Amino acid sequence: MTGTIVIDQERCKGCQLCTLVCPQHVLSMATDTLNARGYAPARLAAAGCTGCAVCAIICPDVCITVYREPARARRGPEVAS
Amino acid sequence: MLQEITPVMLPVYERPAALAGVHTHYCPGCTHGIAHRLVAEALDELGLREQTIMVAPVGCAVFAYQYFEMDGCEAAHGRAPAMATGIKRLLPDRTVLTYQGDGDLASIGIAELIHAAARGEPFTTIFVNNAIYGMTGGQMSPESLEGQRTSSTPGGRDVQRTGFPLKVCELIAGLEGTAYVVRRSLHDVASIRKAKKAIVTALKVQQAGAGFSLVELLSTCPTNWGLTPADALTWVEEHMLPQYPVGDYKVSAAALRAAAG
Repeated sequence: MTGTIVIDQERCKGCQLCTLVCPQHVLSMATDTLNARGYAPARLAAAGCTGCAVCAIICPDVCITVYREPARARRGPEVAS
Repeated sequence: MLQEITPVMLPVYERPAALAGVHTHYCPGCTHGIAHRLVAEALDELGLREQTIMVAPVGCAVFAYQYFEMDGCEAAHGRAPAMATGIKRLLPDRTVLTYQGDGDLASIGIAELIHAAARGEPFTTIFVNNAIYGMTGGQMSPESLEGQRTSSTPGGRDVQRTGFPLKVCELIAGLEGTAYVVRRSLHDVASIRKAKKAIVTALKVQQAGAGFSLVELLSTCPTNWGLTPADALTWVEEHMLPQYPVGDYKVSAAALRAAAG
């Protein structure tokens, strides 16, 4: 896993735009719950998020925070030569 | 667990500080939320939030002053450019924004806009064009497309009776007072990124005192268009973009210098 997102479930209005633009197709809408305002919120539903932030850029309600591993952390610690 | 944040992960996209932490009243999928976020991000990037005054319109964005963590006030319908003129002349060191929809700016407020642009008032207008009156129930606006069904043109807009759509950027780009007049769209991720750059540039142009700046953002109204949020974005691409092409309609020499600096 190189990235992940946190969706503010109470702020989401269930417009589904994030699920349509996600290049990894790892987002889906909740089918078993509604938030306090009556919307079925979006969820990270599968592994594979790269932290590309495309979902956050299209989100009209600014409810997605994106986290990503820096490239250096993925490569492992620098080895002195 | 899918949403686990490991210790090495860093936040790369967070809610901008200039956006208030409140729920907005906008409908699901309405691109007003995207436009708000872009303005907030641009102000945060340039460090202008503490010195910015926003003038809210009448229309769906009427509560915009509650959705930003900055000073704001509310103008009478369409009169945001007149109020912004007064604020900017009294407090020339502040960043002054008007945020207006097409019903507010292009219909009742077109005189205020044109004269503010002609005088070259050095403030910035964010013009959200969704081709309809959203707040009042989806009536035809000057920006509605030919043949577009609205609650006041149920048979489609007849240009023989109601005239042609008003192209605001093209209209004011010819005025000498304007420094930066561009149109962008919010219908996909790449376009949203370009829109953000345009807003940042417009604010730089204002800081340089180069003249009037306006960024038009093609937006959606899923509720009054009768479309899903996703279909509304497609409608912008297929119907609005041919009528309202995105592009730079005026970038004065002073604006170019401000954008580069």
